[in-house]
Amino acid sequence: MSIFHDLTVKPWVTTQGTVEDFHDRATARKLALRVFLAVVTVLFMLLVVAYGRRMAYEDWRPSPQLGLLWANTFALVLSSVALQWAQFSVRRGHMDGMRIALLAGGAFTVVFLVGQILAWRQLSALVYFDVTNPAIAFFYLITGLHGLHLLGGLVAWGRTFARVWGDFDVARIRHSVELCTLYWHYLLGIWLVLFGLLFSGNNLDILLKLCGIR
Amino acid sequence: MSSVAHDASLFVPPAEVEEVELYHPKTFVGKYIWSQDAKIIAVQYAITAMGIGLVALVLSWLMRLQLGFPDRFSFIDPSNYLQFVTMHGMIMVIYLLTALFLGGFGNYLIPLMVGARDMVFPYVNMVSYWVYLFAVLLLTASFFVTGGPTGAGWTLYPPQAISQGTPGASAGIILMLVSLAFFIIGFTMGGLNYVVTVLQARTRGMTLMRLPLTVWGIFMATVLALLAFPALFVSAIMMILDLTLGTSFFMPAVVSMGKQTGHVGGNPLLFQHLFWFFGHPEVYIVALPAFGMVSDLLSVHARKNIFGYRMMVWAIVAIGALSFLVWAHHMYVSGMNPYFGFFFATTTLIIAVPTAIKVYNWVLTLWRGNIHLTVPMLFAIGFIFTFINGGLTGLFLGNATVSVPLSDTMFVVAHFHMVMAIAPILVVFGAIYHWYPKITGRMLNDTLGKFHFWVSFVGSYGIYYPMHYLGMMGVPRRYYAIGGTDFIPASAHFVNEWITIAALIVGAVQLVFLYNLIWSYFNGRPSGSNPWNATTLEWQTPDTPPKHGNFGATLPVVYRWAYDYSVPGAVDDFIPQNVPPREVAGRNSSKT
Repeated sequence: MSIFHDLTVKPWVTTQGTVEDFHDRATARKLALRVFLAVVTVLFMLLVVAYGRRMAYEDWRPSPQLGLLWANTFALVLSSVALQWAQFSVRRGHMDGMRIALLAGGAFTVVFLVGQILAWRQLSALVYFDVTNPAIAFFYLITGLHGLHLLGGLVAWGRTFARVWGDFDVARIRHSVELCTLYWHYLLGIWLVLFGLLFSGNNLDILLKLCGIR
Repeated sequence: MSSVAHDASLFVPPAEVEEVELYHPKTFVGKYIWSQDAKIIAVQYAITAMGIGLVALVLSWLMRLQLGFPDRFSFIDPSNYLQFVTMHGMIMVIYLLTALFLGGFGNYLIPLMVGARDMVFPYVNMVSYWVYLFAVLLLTASFFVTGGPTGAGWTLYPPQAISQGTPGASAGIILMLVSLAFFIIGFTMGGLNYVVTVLQARTRGMTLMRLPLTVWGIFMATVLALLAFPALFVSAIMMILDLTLGTSFFMPAVVSMGKQTGHVGGNPLLFQHLFWFFGHPEVYIVALPAFGMVSDLLSVHARKNIFGYRMMVWAIVAIGALSFLVWAHHMYVSGMNPYFGFFFATTTLIIAVPTAIKVYNWVLTLWRGNIHLTVPMLFAIGFIFTFINGGLTGLFLGNATVSVPLSDTMFVVAHFHMVMAIAPILVVFGAIYHWYPKITGRMLNDTLGKFHFWVSFVGSYGIYYPMHYLGMMGVPRRYYAIGGTDFIPASAHFVNEWITIAALIVGAVQLVFLYNLIWSYFNGRPSGSNPWNATTLEWQTPDTPPKHGNFGATLPVVYRWAYDYSVPGAVDDFIPQNVPPREVAGRNSSKT
């Protein structure tokens, strides 16, 4: 039933209403995650807009580009692929494959986070480092907030990983793995946007003009 | 779980729903302190919000004492006057109204009204309250640190907010920003619960369009808050970094106290955009629950179905969506492009359309209704008057050309207090008088309630009506003293005295309300389960106050909307939502 139909029925006509069973708990968890991802989207969208708006100023000094970020991005892609593999495995009942993939997903995420910290240190050691440069400040803020979201994801991942040993409820684990996978894919997507932004230097001129910012 | 549709006019088999796993505590601490029951959490939210709200009330008294009787009180100096203004505004908007409407009423009413046993994630709900309490304690702590709380105004604009010379520019502002960040984290936990519970935990038969408007209002306000608070969160973090690490997100190169600061190239306007991207939806985060609740109060106490239910729902959704397109009308004097001003003035005025639809529908609900002038009804009618007054002055301030000369005058203060302070608070009071019997099992004292209403209502007009005139004379807001300014006549000082006396009286009468809450809890008349003969599910619980799990052994099945009052041919003047059509027909035939 479409939302448009739902919102146009005449509720005062008793026979128009139908009496439906309500949804289960797994659906509720998935919905909660999606709503949370909407909140996360707004958070990073605002940061992107703020960054783009600041880029438009004449005194914009792009942040130095760090090659390490490419390697970190590759690690995050691998973590997302691994979790997709875990989801694929649990849906087909391959529990050993699911365990290995889940472990790999977490490990690659830790690699990504450690890589981000190294990138922070690299940047702070450069001669260009200047905390009053908005590009550098935005770099730390954006990567920091993204990393915190991944850390939160690792808590959920850890709870799931702790339950996949011995006897466990397969349906529940499958559901948890699906939620982790969705979250990781989404944070990867957000990172790719942020990575493009942070790595663009001063090359977003056309985009800024299209948006009417420059 | 299968999704089987049944025609509501036929017999519906008992609900085959999976039992919610409720945590049933056995100790007092588990039941009332670390509680996972949404109803207890609601009371915890309400008590905390009203507690910190009392602090804000006292701050408003102190402000008014200075304005009404300048330099009479040695303990009020320019610095702490600004601190009173700032803390009063922030506490009232965020820590009282937002928390009370969503954390308080949302927690109590959503599960009961949608026919659920509890919120979908009770543990997260509990954590949400404790994080909120921590945020309140952080804010309160700022009163006791060196330099006191921030005095930057509730909008916290940089560079002023974190520049030396502004009261509380070191520890005070940090505590405020960290407190706001925690408030938002806590709210997000609660907000996810409210949204998911409304969408996923409704009992059988409770379709979206059978939801009471109270739930619609709280639901939409929660969606707005979830999408708007990230802007405040981001700006709070950025400002903390500007202050502590010396970044320049918002801070331009400025000379402060005769010295060049280390900042360079920050953009203060960016903060204003982020703040108001949150700040304007915040108005509707407070207003939409009030809209929803007042609709239900009017319908119940006028014994009439709400007029234009679908329009009311659509208007709530439309107002919510439009509220994200108007933020820069708070920034007309920031030097923005005039075309932007035109755009934001237009969107602002468009919001008046769905809002006016709601006002007409409230009035038309009263038209030829069987109006019972109970205390909740008095507050509901008081709300309509006040909201219309505040809304009309909003038309002045929404127009860029009219708004510019009125900016930063008392006219603005009068407008927003009418529309988002007095109007929602009247609904809060009406709602408490309405639902207190369900929460405690006892009625509030009627005489004290009417006294409370009339003094609050008339007194509020005594405060804010004259304030509009002060604003039109050009009396500025946020000034500690206006001194012997030529364009302000001596009569303005007399008006200020009058306003202060009215404010002291209105503040004092709230103590009568608090006394009534406590006295009636022990001595009030037992209410029974449905003292107002209302139709919604919270009044159909087997126990009053409802026990943990809300509805006893089986969840109710809903057969109708929430507004079957005075249905022609029906025996009673109300038909609860869980009464099947066959039973109504049976009652009628046995009567004839």
